[in-house]
Amino acid sequence: MALLSGQDLQALGLTLRLAGVVTLLLLVIGMPLAWWLAHTASRWRRPAAAVVALPLVLPPTVLGFYLLLLLGPEGPVGRAIAALGLTALPFTFQGLVVASMLYSLPFVVQPLHNAFESIGARPLEVASCLGARPLDRFFTVALPLAWPGVVTAAVLGFAHTVGEFGVVLMIGGNIPGQTRVLSMRIYDHVQAGEYHQANVLSLCLLVVSFAALLAMSLLRPRRYVRD
Amino acid sequence: MTESLHGLDAKLALRRGALVLDVDMALPARGITALFGPSGAGKSTCLRAIAGLEQDSTGRVSFGHDLWQDSARRVFVPPHKRRLGYVFQEPSLLPHLSVGGNIDYGFRRAGRPAHLDREGMIDRFGLRTLLDRRVGALSGGERQRVSMVRALLSDPALLLFDEPLSALDATARVDLLGCLERLHGTLQVPMLYVSHNIDEVVRLADHIVLLEGGHVVAQGNPQDTLTRLDLPPAMGEALGTVIEGTVRGIDTHDQLIELEFQGGTLWLPHHEERMGQSVRCRIAARDVVLSRERQVSTSVLNQVACRIVAMADAGASSQCLVRLDASGSPLLARITRRSWHDLGLSPGDEVWAQVKAVALGA
Repeated sequence: MALLSGQDLQALGLTLRLAGVVTLLLLVIGMPLAWWLAHTASRWRRPAAAVVALPLVLPPTVLGFYLLLLLGPEGPVGRAIAALGLTALPFTFQGLVVASMLYSLPFVVQPLHNAFESIGARPLEVASCLGARPLDRFFTVALPLAWPGVVTAAVLGFAHTVGEFGVVLMIGGNIPGQTRVLSMRIYDHVQAGEYHQANVLSLCLLVVSFAALLAMSLLRPRRYVRD
Repeated sequence: MTESLHGLDAKLALRRGALVLDVDMALPARGITALFGPSGAGKSTCLRAIAGLEQDSTGRVSFGHDLWQDSARRVFVPPHKRRLGYVFQEPSLLPHLSVGGNIDYGFRRAGRPAHLDREGMIDRFGLRTLLDRRVGALSGGERQRVSMVRALLSDPALLLFDEPLSALDATARVDLLGCLERLHGTLQVPMLYVSHNIDEVVRLADHIVLLEGGHVVAQGNPQDTLTRLDLPPAMGEALGTVIEGTVRGIDTHDQLIELEFQGGTLWLPHHEERMGQSVRCRIAARDVVLSRERQVSTSVLNQVACRIVAMADAGASSQCLVRLDASGSPLLARITRRSWHDLGLSPGDEVWAQVKAVALGA
C-alpha cells in the first residue's frame, strides 16, 4: 500500500496551492494596509487595526458562518456576484481563498505592521532628502529594512492557512480537488477509523509547519546595527 | 534687494511640545551660515522645517527663485523635490547598504551629475578603503564622513548640517572639522550649519543666526553679532571676539608663537604655524580679566592695553559685559559688576585686558 493515496496527495496538493495563493495575495494586500496602519494619523487607525485583528479571537466557525451568509446566494455579496454573472463563491476553491485570506489576515498584517513601525521615520527621511520619491523609498529602504517582518508574515500566513479547519468546513465543504484540504482529509480518516492514514497526513502537516518555521529563521537576516 | 542672488528666506511657525518655533530669517546665497543657540532653542526643529520634514509647520519658505512652502497658498514641496543635502546629528546611514551603496544612493538619483567629483570626494574624506564595508562596522567619525559625502554627492542646492560633530569623540571631531574647513573654500552651494559649539561656528561660519527659545535674537556676520552687548544671557558663553593676526616669531624652546594683531601681540601655543602665516583665533568674553595696571607677577601670558568703550549688563545679575578697544581691535570682557564698581571703571578709561585663554582657529 502506498504511503499516501491519490486522494490524500490531491488534498496535500490543494492545501499547498491554497496556502501559496492566499499568502501571496495577503502579502500584496497586507503591505499597503500595514503601511497605512503604521503611518496614518487618521482616527480610523485603531478601529481598522481592531477589525484586522478580529480573526485572532473570533472562532473560525463564526467567521465561516458569517462568510457563508454574506457570500451565499441570498447574501449581499453573493447577490452582487450573481448579478455580475459569476459563479457563487461558497463551496469553490475561490471561495476558500477569500475566506482563508480573511482568516489569516492578522497573521500577515501584524508582523508587517510591526516591521514597518520599527524602521522609524529617520531612514525614510534620509532617503527623501537624497531625492527618493515615495514609491522609490518604499522599495529601496522600507522593504529591505522590513524584510525580516515580511518573511515572518509570509511564513505565519502560509502555516496558518495550511492548518485551518473551521472556516473550510463552513464555507468550503469537502469537495475533492476543490475544497477538500489536508485538515478535512485527516478529519475524514479519523471519522472512518483510518488512524494510519490520519497519522501519515498529520505528520505531513507537522513537517510542513516545522519546515516553515525553520525557513523563517534561516531567511531572516541578522538585525542591522543602528546608530 | 540689492543682491541679485537670492538665498534662503524662511518665515516659519511650529509648535513641538514645549517649544514654540517662530523664526524669520534671510540667509545669503553663498557661504556657511551657522544656526547657533543653546540646547532646546529649536535649531534642529528649524532645520527640519526648512527641509520640509515637519509637515505641520506653517509659513513661507523660498530658496533662490523656488517657492518651497507657502501655507497661505497651500504650497508644500516635499523634501525629495527640494534638492537638499541633509546631514543629521546621528549619521543615519542606511543600514542595509554598504558604504558605497550609501554614497551612491543620492548620487544615482541625481543622475550621476558630471560636475560632481565622486572619486575626489571619496578620497578627500578618506573613504576609499571603506567602500565595500557594511556600515555597522564603521566608527562614529567614519559614519559621519560617509553621511557628509552622501549628502554632498546628491547634487544639493542647499546643504543642511545638523550638529554633525556633536555625537563624535574629540579626535574624530577635530578631524572632521578640518575636513569641513577645507570644504568651505570649494563649496559651490550655501550651507546652513546648526551647532551649539561656538568654536565650530567661529571657524566655519560666514554668517550667523542666533536662536533662543524658538526665536531669532540676532543675525549678521559673526564678528559683529558675537560682540553685541544686548544678547540674552543664554548666549553669554558664546560672546567673544575673533582676532586675525600674523605669526611674527616662533619660540621653539617654549613652544610658543608670537601673533601680531592690530591691538598688540599675543603669545600662543605653537602647533604647526609657520612664520608669516595669518592665524585666526577667538577670545571669549569670559576669558578676559581687567586690571587698572599691567600685572607683573602673574602667570597670565597675554596682557593687552585697551580703552573701555561701553558696559552692559550681561543679564545674570552679578555679571556685566565690557566692550574694549585695543587700538582698533574690539575685545569683550565679562566681569562681575562688583569688580566694575570696585575698580571704579567707566567708559573711556585705560585698562589692561589679561587674556586667560585663546581658542585657535584656522
